[in-house]
Amino acid sequence: MTAYDFSFCGADLSALPTGILWWRAQSLLCVSDLHLGKSERMARRGGALIPPYEVRDTLNRLSEAIRACDPATVICLGDSFDDLQAPDGLSPADHKHLAGLMAGREWIWIEGNHDAGPVEVGGTHLRDYSRGPLTFRHIAEQQASGEVSGHFHAKATVRTRGGGITRPCFLIDRRRIILPSFGTYTGGLKTSDPALAGLMGEQALAVLTGPSAVAVPMPR
Amino acid sequence: MSGVMSVLPPVFDEWFARRDWSVHPHQIALLQRASDTATLLIAPTGGGKTLAGFLPTLVDLHQKSSQGLHTLYISPLKALAADIRRNLETPIAEMGLPIRVEDRTGDTSYSRKQRQRADPPDILLTTPESLALLLSYEDAPRVFGHLQRVIIDEAHALAESKRGDQLMLCLSRLQALSPALRRVGLSATVEDPAALTRFLAPHPAPCRILTADPGPDPDIAMLVTEDPPPWSGAGAVYSVPAVLDEIRKANTTLVFINTRAQAEIYFHALWQANDDDLPIGLHHGSLSREARDRVEAAMVRGDLRAIVCTGSLDLGIDWGNVDLVIQIGAPKNVKRLVQRIGRSNHRYNAPSRALIVPSNRFEIVECVAALQAVREHDLDGDPRPDAPLDVLCQHILLIACAGPFDADALFAEVTGAGPYRALTRTDFDACLDFCATGGYALRAYDRWQRILQRPDGLWQLRDPRRARSIRMNVGTIVDTETLAVRMRNSRGGTPLGEVEEAFAATLTPGDTFLIGGQTVRYEALREMTVEVTKQPGRKPKIAVFSGTKFATSTQLSHRIIRYLAAGDWSALPRHTADWIDLQARISQLPRAGRLLIESFRRHDMHHTCLYGFAGRNALQTLGLLLTRRMEDAGLHPLGFVASDYALLIWGLEPVTDAAALVAPEGLRDGLENWLGGNAVMKRSFRNIATIAGLIEKNLPGKRKTGRQATFSSDILYDTIRKYDPDHLLMRITQAEAMRGLVDFARIEEMLARTHGRIDHVQAPHVTPFAAPLLLEVGKVPVRGSADARLLEAESDRLLQEAGLK
Repeated sequence: MTAYDFSFCGADLSALPTGILWWRAQSLLCVSDLHLGKSERMARRGGALIPPYEVRDTLNRLSEAIRACDPATVICLGDSFDDLQAPDGLSPADHKHLAGLMAGREWIWIEGNHDAGPVEVGGTHLRDYSRGPLTFRHIAEQQASGEVSGHFHAKATVRTRGGGITRPCFLIDRRRIILPSFGTYTGGLKTSDPALAGLMGEQALAVLTGPSAVAVPMPR
Repeated sequence: MSGVMSVLPPVFDEWFARRDWSVHPHQIALLQRASDTATLLIAPTGGGKTLAGFLPTLVDLHQKSSQGLHTLYISPLKALAADIRRNLETPIAEMGLPIRVEDRTGDTSYSRKQRQRADPPDILLTTPESLALLLSYEDAPRVFGHLQRVIIDEAHALAESKRGDQLMLCLSRLQALSPALRRVGLSATVEDPAALTRFLAPHPAPCRILTADPGPDPDIAMLVTEDPPPWSGAGAVYSVPAVLDEIRKANTTLVFINTRAQAEIYFHALWQANDDDLPIGLHHGSLSREARDRVEAAMVRGDLRAIVCTGSLDLGIDWGNVDLVIQIGAPKNVKRLVQRIGRSNHRYNAPSRALIVPSNRFEIVECVAALQAVREHDLDGDPRPDAPLDVLCQHILLIACAGPFDADALFAEVTGAGPYRALTRTDFDACLDFCATGGYALRAYDRWQRILQRPDGLWQLRDPRRARSIRMNVGTIVDTETLAVRMRNSRGGTPLGEVEEAFAATLTPGDTFLIGGQTVRYEALREMTVEVTKQPGRKPKIAVFSGTKFATSTQLSHRIIRYLAAGDWSALPRHTADWIDLQARISQLPRAGRLLIESFRRHDMHHTCLYGFAGRNALQTLGLLLTRRMEDAGLHPLGFVASDYALLIWGLEPVTDAAALVAPEGLRDGLENWLGGNAVMKRSFRNIATIAGLIEKNLPGKRKTGRQATFSSDILYDTIRKYDPDHLLMRITQAEAMRGLVDFARIEEMLARTHGRIDHVQAPHVTPFAAPLLLEVGKVPVRGSADARLLEAESDRLLQEAGLK
């Protein structure tokens, strides 16, 4: 469990191996794309009945991180819920679990494209949020600087002599950070995709999640 | 022939006489047994098997006109249905019979399918999947209400897969819709006819076996070339000049190759050496339908001298004038070899001619063993387990699409299908619950059930609009995802075929690969289509798109080990005997009663090869167990691959204590737990979950290019395993793995046979016997400590290189 520590626009940050961004000086923890309620939403829309355990799993992993860091502020960077009805589909146990995590902290829900509107689970709902040199929003903007965003579910493949290893990853350059998705039921977009390649500068790093956070030049 | 006269109506006798044909005894026997509930006819290809199957129908329809659909003919191949239609239309026209014959497959147009349901023909030729679809419509009782006969062609092939299990469920449905239904199975020679009748007949009805004269033994030999085949590899390109000679001497030749990629490479090599411009075609399942149609039509017209093909042409297509079959690569089982030879020389009672071309030296040994088996009529086959529950789940959903159903009645119907005769009500109810609620311990979906029970007790779809997507998911063949390949031009471009998505993902613009026999250059990926341009004359990057991989049967493996142990290589060509001698010099030969293990370094990795001769499944399981031990011992294993005779493992540290590695003590401990988390289990889970309807197949045109919306079935597997380990799909996956994939009994048998007598050889480099394994497909990665070490190293290297560190 080694984090990748780096300096970004004057802030000392850590990319945790779990895919969470940790700003120790501000006691601020940032996580993106939880997609809570995805299985229920698929069932509600008449799709496949996939295993209804992803809310529990996502919250279990999030609560481990919160227990370890005990942050004063938690920012959920959008697409926290799979849609605006998703909170109604959460079980009472899941609601209780979430309320326990939120208790005693500043909790900010950034709006995503899946959850563009307030949801009835407490906390503060914002389109974007700034603290110090950093701005937190769901989808990266072309001209932004000091920006922390999510949305793309980036994953990177590193080729080794033992074959390719693919993992969800952070993308980091001098102007922006893109977080990997944290939700259990989320796939990934390759860093070679034009949508990502066009956003990130030439010196961009991909920090792979997994047992340890490992940095490589962003695979194009 | 007075018996004949009393059976056939005069118009039939006259027709046979006009063609100068005599009726085969088995054709008459089948006609005399036309009212039996179930019959199995075993006859060689070219024995008039298909006509025998249809004769009772033709006679019946000659004597009284039908009330709608009279006979259903089912074959495993689309092409076969179209081919049989052409062959049936001739006698029907010549005898002036008032019979309408049509085929219906995935290739039939939408409007024609609609019309077929409204006004069914007398005889419908179709595939198991198309039948399952027909039965999922509300009008199935009307369409099939007067069905008299069903003919199951290539029954031996269907019985080997879940397609057959699905078909038997559908036949039970048909039997309920039309209780007078009679069924006839047509089969090539099989090792256990009684097992096939239990599969085929409605339980508990009897099923008589009719056996036709098997005809003379095939004339079959190994093609020995001047140039020796390579040590390893599966391409057999070395044999091209000799094979061209054989094609030149024969009228029409079928050249079979085991995989599609190999077929492409071989076809390319043939054309480069084809100085006489012999017309040679290529046919495999990755080619576009247009391309396949063109080749089939040319073959029917007699315009081609040879076709290079894979399993897509494997079954019973009647192309009368084929007089030579060439099998490239070792036949992985003897039964398949005999059935392929059946393609050749369709004249009844004339021996079929076939040549086997081994593609490497180990395969020469395999070929010699296979030829011995053919001479001794020693067919092989592994029995399949009954009642796959994933197929039953799909069946229940399709039945629900047709209309409300009663669970008790459906259970009775399902247990009338041969493979499901021993199904318990508990398992049936578990499948029903899975279809309704997902079957999870956490009852999260009671509001969103797919099917629900009405107050009157019948089950129905909650939302009838879901029928469409359930129907789209029909079938038990789970393909890897593929992308279409098109020639780039302004008007969309010619479709060339398809490649696996995983292969497409490795391409960068400018890369070249083979498809449809030509080298093309990858340009771009546009809307899930691979755009290419022509690139003649360039050496292609090899396409590794899909194709079935067969495993050498157990029986054949045993023959090979006996052959090696006997030490008499007089039946082998000189170069192969030399190769075996070289193995003996560099390392040693596997000996009876001992386990040979070799270690060598290659590409900076440590390789260990175990010659277990226990079959691919058992050795694959052994690979899982041994890499686990290596992980615990800090040897950082990276992956392994199993063939039928050996297991090759590679990793970052060498194996020094081979005896400890394979010690039987504790090997089974935690087997199930460890198996649970590995890639092999995830692969079979994906298939099972797709068949059962948990994962919807990705449909062409519906796929999104932004892949962040989808996530892999591995995530679903890990989640169910963690939170709901007793779930139905986990039970099915484990049961299938323990029976088929795992084959732990054969590992124990191998360990008992060798009993710690281990020959551990430190070889200077890859050995002659280990080399073929380096090229095996189906490598299994081990995602453990080695990944972490490699990633760290790669990170350091790349950051240094980029000047970022």
